[in-house]
Order: sequence, then C-alpha cells, then structure tokens
Amino acid sequence: MSMDRRQFLKIAGLTTIAGVGGPAVVAGMKERLLEASELVDVPGRSGALTAQRWGMVVDMSRFRTEADRQKVIDACHHIHNVPDFGNPKDEIKWIWPETYEHAFPGREDEYMPHALKEMPFLVLCNHCANPPCVRVCPTKATFKRKDGIVMMDMHRCIGCRFCMAACPFGARSFNWRDPRGKDAQGRPFIRKDNPEYPTRTIGVVEKCTFCTERLAKGLQPACAEASNGGLVFGDLEDENSNIRNKLRNHFTIRRKTELGTSPSVYYVIGGTEHV
Amino acid sequence: MYDGNKIIIGLVIFGLLIISPILYNTIGKASVPPEPDINTPEINKMIEKKCVEPKSFMRANHMQILNDWRDEVVRVGKTRTYVNGEGKEFNMSLQNTCMKCHSNKKNFCDKCHTYMAVKPYCWDCHIAPKEKTT
Amino acid sequence: MFEKALQGNKSYWIWIFVLLAITGAGFLAYLRQFTYGLGITGMSRDVSWGFYIGQFTFLVGIAASGVMLVLPYYLHNYKKFGRLVILGEFLAISAVIMCILFIFVDLGQPRRVMNVMLYPTPNSVMFWDMVVLLGYLILNVIIGWTVLGAERKGTPPQGWVKPLIYLSIAWAPSIHTVTAFLYAGLPGRHFWLSAIMAARFLASAFASGPALLIILALIIRRVTRFDPGREAIQTLGKIVTYFMLTNVFFLGLEFFTAFYSGIPGHMHTFQYLYAGIDGHDKLVPLMRISSVLAVLAVALLIFPKIRANEKMLALASVAVFISLWIDKGFGLVVGGFIPNMFEKVVEYWPTGLEMLISLGVWAIGLLVLTALYKIAISVKEEVEL
Repeated sequence: MSMDRRQFLKIAGLTTIAGVGGPAVVAGMKERLLEASELVDVPGRSGALTAQRWGMVVDMSRFRTEADRQKVIDACHHIHNVPDFGNPKDEIKWIWPETYEHAFPGREDEYMPHALKEMPFLVLCNHCANPPCVRVCPTKATFKRKDGIVMMDMHRCIGCRFCMAACPFGARSFNWRDPRGKDAQGRPFIRKDNPEYPTRTIGVVEKCTFCTERLAKGLQPACAEASNGGLVFGDLEDENSNIRNKLRNHFTIRRKTELGTSPSVYYVIGGTEHV
Repeated sequence: MYDGNKIIIGLVIFGLLIISPILYNTIGKASVPPEPDINTPEINKMIEKKCVEPKSFMRANHMQILNDWRDEVVRVGKTRTYVNGEGKEFNMSLQNTCMKCHSNKKNFCDKCHTYMAVKPYCWDCHIAPKEKTT
Repeated sequence: MFEKALQGNKSYWIWIFVLLAITGAGFLAYLRQFTYGLGITGMSRDVSWGFYIGQFTFLVGIAASGVMLVLPYYLHNYKKFGRLVILGEFLAISAVIMCILFIFVDLGQPRRVMNVMLYPTPNSVMFWDMVVLLGYLILNVIIGWTVLGAERKGTPPQGWVKPLIYLSIAWAPSIHTVTAFLYAGLPGRHFWLSAIMAARFLASAFASGPALLIILALIIRRVTRFDPGREAIQTLGKIVTYFMLTNVFFLGLEFFTAFYSGIPGHMHTFQYLYAGIDGHDKLVPLMRISSVLAVLAVALLIFPKIRANEKMLALASVAVFISLWIDKGFGLVVGGFIPNMFEKVVEYWPTGLEMLISLGVWAIGLLVLTALYKIAISVKEEVEL
C-alpha cells in the first residue's frame, strides 16, 4: 500500500482524535448513566424532615439583644466550619445582622421609629423560588432542590462568582483564601472545627443551605434550634404547618419582592403580638 | 535516507527512554504494593469485620461509591441512606461513616494513594479523623 | 507560514523578548494567586468581579470589531480594506485569546474549568459566552489562515471559506451581545439592568476596536515596508467617528433615564462613578479622564478636515481607546457592584499583583498579535515586492 504524506497525516490525525476523544465519549456516557440513576429518590426511611417548599419566618420580637442574635449566628457558623478572617474583604458569612435600611433598601420611611431603622435584622440566603443565582451558574454547581432549598455543590463550583453578581441579597460569600489557614498570630480562621462537617477550599462560593445535613437526620436547622422560637422553620406549602400558622397571624415582609425572585424567608417586625 | 545512522541511534535512545520504567521494574526489584491497614480500634471492635460492601468490591470501586454518595448527598438525597447488597443501611458520609471506622487515614488512604500517585481532593474540604492505630 | 514569525531583525526580537519577560513576570504573579487564592486581588465579597472581568469585557469588544473590516470588504466589496482585513481578523484572534485568559485567571478553581463543558448549562449566559467565544476564535483562525495562505500562492481563497466568512460576520455581534447579557439580565443590579446594554457594548466596541486598528496600521506603516493604505485608514476614522458618537449618545440615554426618573437605585452608580458617594470617590478621577478624552475625541473626529490629518486622527484614536478602556474595562464592571446589595458603598481598587497578572495576559495577547501580524505582513511584502 502506498501512501503520500497528505494521506498519512489525515489517517494519523483521525487516529489521534479517536484515541483521545474515544475514552472521553465513553466516560461521558458513563457519567450520564450515573446521573440518571441518582435521580431515584430514596423514600423517607430514617425520619428525615421533608417538605414541598422549605421556608423560614424571622420573628424580630424574639431578637431583642445582641446575645439573642449572636447565639443563632454562632450556632450556624460553628457547625458549618465558617471561617472568621477578621476583615471585611475576605469575610464569609451565612447568617448575620443588617439594619432595616440595609436589609430592606428603598423601604425606609423618613419618619419611621429610630429603633426600627436601626434594628438589626438577621439575613441569610432567601432560598428563592425563582433564584437568579441558579439561573446563571454555568455548571449547575448551585441548583434548587425539589424541596425548594437552593443548594451549593462545592465539588463542582469553578469559582466564577457569577452567582454572587446575580444574587440580589448579597447572600453569597467567596473563599478568597484558604479557610483552613491561620492568621499572622498563628490563630486558625476556623477557631474550633466541627469534625462532622466539611470545611470549604480556596476559590469556591458558599452560603446557607438550610442545614440539609440536619434535615436528613430529622433535625431543625441549627439557627432555628438555637433561636428560642425566633426563627420558625417549616413547609410553606403545608397549610397546617407552624410556619403557615405564623404567616396567617402576623403581618410579614420579605426582602426585595419587586425583583420577582420570591424569597422563602419572611420577617415579622417585632412588637405586634396579635395571635 | 540522509543521516541514517544518526536517526537510528536517536530512535534507539528514544525507544530505551520510553521503555525505561518497564526495564527498571524487571531488571531492578519491583516495588511491593502497599496493603491498606485496617488496624484501628473501631474495626478491631467489630465481630465481623465488614465494610459497606465486600472488600474486593471496595478495593476496586471505592472511588465510584464515594462519587455516587457525594452526588446523592449533595444533589439529591433527602435521607442520605445507602442500602448495601445485604440490605444493611448506612449514612452516606465520608467523615461520619467511612472515616469513623477507618480512623487511620495515613495508613489506610494515603498509603495506596501515594503509591499510585493519585491525589484525590477529598481532604481539601473534608476533615480527616484524628489518627488512630492500635 | 509560521516560519515568518521566526525571522526578524534585532528590534523585532527585542520586542518579543520584552513581551516574554512581562509574560514571565505575570506568570509568577499568577502562581502566587494560584496558591494563595484570589485574595491577592482587590476584590471582595461586595465587589466580586474587578479588573480581570473588566478587561475581558473590553476585549470581547475589540474581538468583535474585526467585523468592521470584514463586512465592508466581503459584503460591499469595499476593495480599499483588502490590505487591512487580515489585520482585523488577526486582532480578533489575539483579543479572544486574551478574553479566555482573563476569564481563566479570574476563576477561583481554574483546575475545574472543564466543568463548563462537562455539565453544559444552557440557562447560563456564561455557558453561551464560552460557546460563542470559542466559535469566533475557530472561525477567525480558519478564515485568516486560509485567506492568507491563498494570497501567498496568488490564488483566490477556496470556495468553502466564503460561507464561513458570512457566518463570522453574523457571529461577531453575537459575541458582544452575549457578553452584555452576562450583565443585563441580573435582577437587583440596576446599573447593568438596561435594555440598551448590548447596543452600548456594540457601539463602544465598534469605536474602540477600529481606533486600535488605526493605531496599529500607523505603527505598521512606520516599522515595516507594508502600507495599509491612507484611504483605508480614513474610512476606519469615519467608522470610529460614527460609533463613538453613538456610544456617547447611548451613555446619554442611560443618564437621562436614571436622572429624569429620579429612581435612587438607577442613579446611585452614576453618582458614585462621576461624583462619588459620601466621600467614596476612588473611581471619580478615572471616570472624569474618560469623559474628557471622549469629548476631546469627538471634537477631533467630528470635523472631516481635522480627521483627515493623520496625526490628529491618531491622537483622536488614542483618546477613544483610552476613554473606552476606562469606561468599559473598569467603570462598567466595578460600578455595577457599587453600592452593594445592602446599599452600602464598598470600594475596589486592583492590587499590584492583580495588575501584573493582567499585564501578563496583555503581553501574551501582544505576542500572539505580533507573531500573526509578522506573518501576515511578511506574506504581503513577499507578494507585492
């Protein structure tokens, strides 16, 4: 068989493509088989908490002092190994206080009570029904679960931070540096780690997950548990749930509803106990 | 062929370089693959020393199981329960199930991974257990 | 044809080695970022995109602007662009490469970049941006190389290139439209949430890109024996004039909507960028320079007599380029994050390492551009002389 240079190069090129590309195609197919199989839901077996759409009511009448708020924040940040870098530039937070005018910008009124204007509202991921962060993520690293929780897959996140640009609530934090590192004084950023939960790594985005790991065990989210009734967590689609009861009996507001993301976190502004 | 000798010498050197790892292992002493160590207090306590799946299966497919667990826990699972071939249930968790028994990451995970020169990124985030070996 | 890039005089090689040195320095800075994390940049929780993404956005415009040469030449048979068109295509190649690199250095987990292809997500604009950028790169490589190769042999380009050329003409605006959609579809970012964002992007691209080409053409005329042609450069000047005017007009529209409506969220970023808010005014000097240069450029360009003077045209082109580089490569992206989602002002300024990495990316782009231009010009010299 005779072959000129051109033919040889053609055949060699095709062989290379087949050699390099073939396994990739096979691997891709295998991947898809797995994705299909994982869609099968294991029926509730171990008493996990389930819902159609998880939501939360923050009752500000129960958060009178800083200690009330700090208890909740610490509970969350400790069990999730949230680092404290001690500077706002690298800051990572899942739940934290913002005053009314910052939590609800555009809603402040000129002559509203000073105490309300300065009242620190606990803010966290709103687990929106129509989440823009999920819409923009190029790898489905952030996605909405069937129970309404907007979840992060830290294994898949490429750290493009499109979700941070898209979230209207500033709920997302980025690991600008290694959360497992230490500061100049040799103090670790994660003061005391929780060995039951992972940390994160450089270059991924993180946020509140409504404690999916605790729901799976039949436990309320850590913040709700520590809140002394200040945070009511439950199924928004279930008429008889405690959260729906709370919503029925109180005037509540949500953050930036005009944007159409439909947050699942509601706020009761304190002092109105007309159950 | 111009410069035929040089080309042939070059080819021989190239060929030797390519097969040098094989030569090294056949002429020299082949290195012994390490045996993962299961000597931990937790495993020693077990009456029947059994992992979630049979040893041979785990040895070949642990990375696949871990990947499946990962996707199930993070992306789907409400209960995070794994049912093995014998119908036994396990909490799908690297930190809270696997490493609770295999509390000797250095002698269990790292030994083989170092030998195979693979660097799984599990431990970038997941917290390794306090090393325990009896 | 590659060999042409390896034959050059002393100053050619000095230029190449200077660029290589800058690339090396940028690479070392990137290694630091790779181990420490993106914390070495000035970005923060509040301003989570900065100089890298700004540069990316600006360069997508430069890449798209190649169409301003390709379209008149191939669709309107405007022969005067014959000598310039390859320069436009090769500029696009170099610009797209820089775009991809700027995205890459901005990633927190660069090793996972292939996840974008492994888990394709059509609802994400970023996914489509990757598709159109890669497509545009491939189109330009194939077209530029084939056409230049044919020119060298003195034959007309192969027939199958024509459809690809027409495709690339339609493709060019798409890359910048999709890039604008990265910003223009985000709820809560009022500054970006504008229906004319894509139009603004295209106008500024078709001003800054041809302005850069004028500068490059004038440099080429000086350092090589190849003359891109006075008339071609003048036509480019006309293109820059019209699109610069369009761009300023569009910016005016944004100002009108924000300030006549008086809606606070729509005014805030403009106030921050051009006047500062509560003493936070780090970007104000830059934005003012941009405005002054824009006015200067328009004043020079608008009168045909001034524009006809190549020195004045060069000055105007430099003014256009710098003005839009500041406006789009910095103010537009950073401004979108200020004030933040809590209506607090957290400012941003790039760090030294961040600038060094960016400089490294520019150096790579210039290396690619130099090599490609060297090849193109050598071929043209060979054919003509």
